[in-house]
Amino acid sequence: MSKVTSMRDAVAAIIHDGDVVAIEGFTHLICFAAGHEIIRQHRRDLTLARLTPDLIYDQMVAAGTARKLVFSWLGNPGVGGLHAIRRRVEDEDPAPLELEEYSHFGMVGRYTAGASNLPFFPLRSYFETDLPKANPLIRPIRSPYGDETVYAVPPLKPDVTVVHAQRADADGNTQMWGLLGCQKEAAFAADRVIVVVEELVSEDVIRADPNRTVIPGLIVDALVVEPWGAHPSYVQGAYDRDNRFYRDWDAISREAATTQAWLDEWVYAVSGRAEYVEKLGAERVASLRPAGAAPSGSVDYGIYR
Amino acid sequence: MSEPLSPASAAAGAVGSAPAFTKSEMMIVAAARELAGQRVCFVGVGLPNIAVNLARLTVAPTLELVYESGAFGAKPARLPLSIGDPTIVTGATAAVSMFELFSFYLQGGLVDVGFLGAAQIDRFGNINSTVIGDYEHPRTRLPGSGGACEIAINARQVFVIMRQSKRSFVDRIDFRTSPGNLGGAANAARIRREEGWLGSGPSVVVTDMGIYHFDETGEMRLDSIHPGATLDQVRDTIGWKPKVAEPLAATPEPTAEELRLIRQELDPEGAYTK
Repeated sequence: MSKVTSMRDAVAAIIHDGDVVAIEGFTHLICFAAGHEIIRQHRRDLTLARLTPDLIYDQMVAAGTARKLVFSWLGNPGVGGLHAIRRRVEDEDPAPLELEEYSHFGMVGRYTAGASNLPFFPLRSYFETDLPKANPLIRPIRSPYGDETVYAVPPLKPDVTVVHAQRADADGNTQMWGLLGCQKEAAFAADRVIVVVEELVSEDVIRADPNRTVIPGLIVDALVVEPWGAHPSYVQGAYDRDNRFYRDWDAISREAATTQAWLDEWVYAVSGRAEYVEKLGAERVASLRPAGAAPSGSVDYGIYR
Repeated sequence: MSEPLSPASAAAGAVGSAPAFTKSEMMIVAAARELAGQRVCFVGVGLPNIAVNLARLTVAPTLELVYESGAFGAKPARLPLSIGDPTIVTGATAAVSMFELFSFYLQGGLVDVGFLGAAQIDRFGNINSTVIGDYEHPRTRLPGSGGACEIAINARQVFVIMRQSKRSFVDRIDFRTSPGNLGGAANAARIRREEGWLGSGPSVVVTDMGIYHFDETGEMRLDSIHPGATLDQVRDTIGWKPKVAEPLAATPEPTAEELRLIRQELDPEGAYTK
C-alpha cells in the first residue's frame, strides 16, 4: 500500500500540538523541510527532542512551536551558539524554554530503550559530573550481578519521529548511507514515523540490497518525496552541507527581528520545499553538488532456491 | 590573538629563516605533536579537529580518527567545519551508528585518546562546557556535554586544547561536565577503580601559551612554554598559581612543513587559526 503523501498532508495528519517530536539525523540528513512545514502550520507546545538541536530547532523555537527541548549538545558546530534558543534560556525572551539535558550516549541510550521496550538504558557515563544534579532523571543503578554501579537513563518514545533518507519505496522501506546517527533507534522508538526521501524507488531496488534498509515500511506512517529536503544539512552522495548558511545563521539569529524576518522570507512566504529550492537558486544548488562520484562496489547476495 | 609572532620576538629557538606564525598555529602544532605514537583518537568539535588532522599528516600517520557522528578510520579530504561532514565518511574504514560508536568503540575500550575542548578548566583538569553561572539561570548557556562526558570517563586518556584566559582557567568551574582528576590524583584513581572507568583521566593540556602535563598530585604543571610567551603572561591568564616544571622546556617552533599543511591544506580560510 502506498504511503506517499505531501509534506503538508503528512504534518497536518500526524503532528499535533503538544506532541513530543524528534526530527533526528546527526549533522547528516536533518529534515529542515519538515521543520519548516511544522512552523507554517503553527504547531504549538511541542517538546522537541534531538541530540543536537542544530539550526532546525533554533528556527522552530524562534517561531514559537516549542515549550521544551530534550538534547545533548546545543550549538552551531564549528560556528558558535544557537541564539534564538539562548535568548529563551538566558533572558526568557519572549518566554522561558524548558530544558532536559543528557550526553550524546545518554540520548542514544534513551532512544534504544524506547525502541526495545525497556524501562531504562544502563551506561558507564555521568560518574562524578554535575549532570545527574541538573537532570534528576539520570540515576545511579546497582548491577544485579555484582557491586558495580552504572547510570540509567529513561526510555524516550517520541510521539512522532521524522527521518530523512536517500531513498525508499512507496511502502516506506527506507535505505540510507553515510552517517546513520540514531535515526533507526529514534524511528523504532516512536509512535508514528514520517520518512522523507530524496528519491522514490521501486521495491526491487530495496530488495536488491537488504543490508542497506535501515527502517522497514512496517513502522512508517507517511512517506514524503522531497528532494533537497535536508538543506542546509546534507545528503551523502546527493548534496553537501551548506556551511555558508550555517555561518550566515550566526548573524541572522543574533537579533529577534532579523530572525523573524528570515522566517518570514524563507518559511512563511514559501509554499513548500520546491519553492524554497527555486528561491535558493540554481547557482547555490550547483555549488553544493559533490565534486565527483564515489560509488560503492556492489556485493553479490546470490540466488538460492 | 591573530598577530603573527615574528621570529625576532620568539623567546627561544629563533632562527633567522624561520617562518612567522600565530599563537593559534603554535597551539595546533604543539597539540598535534603530542599525538605521536597514539593509535585511536576520538575527535571533538573545534580545535581538536584541526590538531588531530595535522597529527595524521605528520607525527601519527597510522592514527585512526574516530568521530562521534559515527566515522571510524576517517580520512577527510578537507578539514570539516562540523564533525559530521560528508568528507569524513567517503573513504573511511567504517560508518557506524552512534549506538555502536559509543557502546562498542568507546565504552568497549578501543579509544586511546579523547581530544576535548572546554569553556572552563580547573587545575585538576575537570572541564565545564555546560553553563557559565548557575545552571537554572545561566549567564551564558554553553553547548553542554555532547559526547565529552563519556569520552572523559572511557577514553584511555584525555587531551585538552584551549586558549588560556582568567575566564577559562579558573579556580572553580561553574559546572562539572567532564570529570578530570576530581580533587586530586590519589582520590581520583580510587574512584576510577571503584566505579569501573576505563580512562586514566587528563594527560595533556595544550594552550596558546604552553604545554601542561599532570604531576603526581593530579595537578596541571607547565612543562613547556611556547616561543613568544612569557611566564608573566602565563600567570596572568590563569586563575590559580600554576606549577611550573624545572627546568622549563621551550616548545620548538612550527616547522615550515607544519605551517604549510595548516595554511594550504587544512585551513586555507583561516577558520581555526584566526
